[in-house]
Amino acid sequence: MNKQNDKSSAGNRGDKIRSDCYIELELKNRGGVKINLKSKVESMYGTSIRDLIKDVLKHFEIKNAEIVVEDYGALPFTLAARLEAAIKKLFPENNKEYLLPFNKKSLYKTSKDRLRRSRLYLPGNEPKYFINAGLHKPDGIILDLEDSVAPGKKDEAKLLVRNALRSVDFYGCERMVRINQLPQGLSDLNFIVPHNVHVILIPKCESADQIKLLEDEVNKIKKENGVKNQIYFMPIIESALGVINSYQIASASKYNCALAIGLEDYTADIGTQRTKDGKESFFARSMIVNSARAAGIQPIDTVYSDVTNMEGLKESVLKAKLLGFEGKGCIHPRQVKIVHEAFAPTEQEIEKAQKIVLAFKEAEKKGLGVVSIGSKMIDPPVVKRAQRTIELAIINNLLHKNWNIDN
Amino acid sequence: MKLIKNAAGRLVPTIVNGKKQIPFKGINKYKPKGHKSGPPLRSCIDYPWDGNKVQKSLREALKKAGLKDGMTISTHHHLRNGDALTNILFDTIKKMGVKNIMWYPSASFPVHEHLIKYLEDGTIHHIEGSMNGPLGRFVSQGKMKGMGVLRSHGGRYQAVQDGEVHIDIAVIAAPQADPFGNANGLDGPSACGLLGFALADSEYADRVIVVTDNPVPFPCVPWQIQGNNVDFVVEVDSLGDSSKIVSGTTQVTKSPDRLLIAEYVAEFIEAAGIMKNGFSLQAGAGGTNLAFSVFLKEKMKAKGVKARFMRGGSTKYLVEMLEDGLTDFILDGQTFDLEGVRSMRENPNHVNTSPFTSYNFHGKGNFASMVDVAVLGATEVDVNFNGNVVTHSDGYLLHGIGGWQNCLYSKCTILAIPSFRDRIPVIVDEVTTLVGPGDLIDVIVTERGIAINPKRKDLIKAVKNSGLPIKTIHQIKKEVDEICGGKPAKPKVDRNKVIAVIKWVDGTVIDSVFKVKE
Repeated sequence: MNKQNDKSSAGNRGDKIRSDCYIELELKNRGGVKINLKSKVESMYGTSIRDLIKDVLKHFEIKNAEIVVEDYGALPFTLAARLEAAIKKLFPENNKEYLLPFNKKSLYKTSKDRLRRSRLYLPGNEPKYFINAGLHKPDGIILDLEDSVAPGKKDEAKLLVRNALRSVDFYGCERMVRINQLPQGLSDLNFIVPHNVHVILIPKCESADQIKLLEDEVNKIKKENGVKNQIYFMPIIESALGVINSYQIASASKYNCALAIGLEDYTADIGTQRTKDGKESFFARSMIVNSARAAGIQPIDTVYSDVTNMEGLKESVLKAKLLGFEGKGCIHPRQVKIVHEAFAPTEQEIEKAQKIVLAFKEAEKKGLGVVSIGSKMIDPPVVKRAQRTIELAIINNLLHKNWNIDN
Repeated sequence: MKLIKNAAGRLVPTIVNGKKQIPFKGINKYKPKGHKSGPPLRSCIDYPWDGNKVQKSLREALKKAGLKDGMTISTHHHLRNGDALTNILFDTIKKMGVKNIMWYPSASFPVHEHLIKYLEDGTIHHIEGSMNGPLGRFVSQGKMKGMGVLRSHGGRYQAVQDGEVHIDIAVIAAPQADPFGNANGLDGPSACGLLGFALADSEYADRVIVVTDNPVPFPCVPWQIQGNNVDFVVEVDSLGDSSKIVSGTTQVTKSPDRLLIAEYVAEFIEAAGIMKNGFSLQAGAGGTNLAFSVFLKEKMKAKGVKARFMRGGSTKYLVEMLEDGLTDFILDGQTFDLEGVRSMRENPNHVNTSPFTSYNFHGKGNFASMVDVAVLGATEVDVNFNGNVVTHSDGYLLHGIGGWQNCLYSKCTILAIPSFRDRIPVIVDEVTTLVGPGDLIDVIVTERGIAINPKRKDLIKAVKNSGLPIKTIHQIKKEVDEICGGKPAKPKVDRNKVIAVIKWVDGTVIDSVFKVKE
């Protein structure tokens, strides 16, 4: 192997660090592997930690080294990622990967039409947020490689996110990763495509070509790795140009499942700032809704950034729902429930949807091509919308799942 | 050292600090006989007719109290981590050249790290009480001369009443006191609410010294501590750091995972039908417990339910419930924030209680078993629902028992705990130290699901269709082991060296804590 240095480090250290570790690696010419472990779980997992470190070193054929580990309760997927990051700093050309076995609970699939009311952002280099994220039941979790990761930590984060995709149980949430802005983000794909990522979020998207470029690269990596499962894209529009090109972007790939808007950057781009009532983004948001609907995919709203203001969040979701959005970004787990409740259909909406769905079933049974209630004809998009309303009502415990059995 | 197996299958010594012990025999299986122990008979003619018992210094008071080698000295913990008096007390004892004291606190705090040097130099022989943080580490390393004895708040009262522990001198920090010795915790720079933990000491010690930084003329009312039990009064500049005695405000946890646990607890209590008019509850003041009371409050408001009484650890959150009419009474065991102190001072329905009323084994009944639901914490719980609150999974003694054992007698005991903390499993195969038998623990609420003790078929049935994430404890345990990377190794301890014993509420020995091998 071709090494540039003898010494490297990776990970995080300090009083506030939890579920993470800091690793220093120094290559030696002789003396075998020496591990200096300082861990608060020494008595419980000391042996297991040492065994893992030895196994990673063996995988990369490192026979003589001194390793200092400051462990703050890091789980194996984090320890392995940090050590691999330290090794890769010494051997940047080495393409070998240390892959932990896939957690069987992480092998589930997704679908293009699934609910995406809430997606919870998790900073990609902070493992402590990963472990319990799924317990808060967002529709999706996002392992973020973009804005929440410091530029100097991108390489460490990629390894951590890769390991998390394989090891962490996200309890049925859709597994999303936000890559870096294209074209830089292309280099993130090798770390996520082979590891059952469901949706790739593409930040600051401005043209259809970017989507095509991404699609080609994803297909290439899928082929190389024999990946069979479907991977969907969610472009995020964050600029005036992106808004103007939004329909082309939304319709650029059959793998697009949703189109999202990110307002912080957008408002700066058009030379203004975000206000509480949001007049400045009304055009952009309506444009996103229309472009997404025209392309047959889901329009998804931006995040609500004041995590202490739950009333404000609720209002913001109700407004988004009124504009036609189906989902909202969350930056704190406590926001998830509020978002779901606000997106839940009202009693009137449920009643109306029930009538439409029943009429549709009736028409199907009778082999009629046209659905109607009384003399009023019901178009297919309305039927589809009603079906989604029923689905939401059931998920929110507002309607029993067997509501139409007696009918 | 001879160890025998008790009824819980744990190895315990038969002699502790020279005294014969009774091994745990099972819940409600042991009942001591005889008469209560008592202090010597005193006569008023030996005390000043003008009622002025003020001494010129603590040293003077200790001297008059007959302080000598080998005595038992007690203190209370209402000043919590702001307590300066206990440290000053032992500085004084050291200066007087007295040795081999048994310290009998109602609890200790990190501030008492100061006392380690007195454990090392022989001023203090051993501690019977909680050994927290640095003291716990010192004791776990096998450095204390005698053996530690940990008791619940009720167990401390029981030990004093049945003579297992005889207090020679009680030193009572009093935020407000008169020269006769009447004292309370309601006002002054060191106000802490109540002084319930010093009640037994004031009634049963040979000599009682009240120390105050806020002297008031006779009468000091209400007299939570009665001057008629007090020998000497000492006035000092300060009892401690008021900011650490009670917090200005107590904070609900911000951790989303703890909030999730708290929310599940509130939902469980509602779904199980416990939350109904006239019910009662006890909640601690940990961040998760506070959050639980906030969630429960919303549910009670929404359903128009009012409780008869709430026991606590009082905080502004309990006070709000009292003032919003969601409970008739707060029965307060210790006060955690300024709002709690204010409410106790102003509101006759905010009642001060003591381990005698709430927990004592030798009382003619106590409040703990009358509570409908108690929400507590733990450091470990095992698959048989046994609980541990004193050691961590690494074997180190880190916490006291507090009222935890006593509260297990409530009609529904819920432990609200994370399933693991930073790779330290909390749900385990077998607790490191047995503090509470699983037969008394009904529900474990974690962020990964709720496990109900299979013995509580009634609760299992009640929440069957609630939509709550009910799992078996084994399912949660398996999940935790998978996340943490296998079963944790057992701590390396020296099974021949017991450093402390854990008492059950009746005075029997339920488990031993062993020296940790480093």
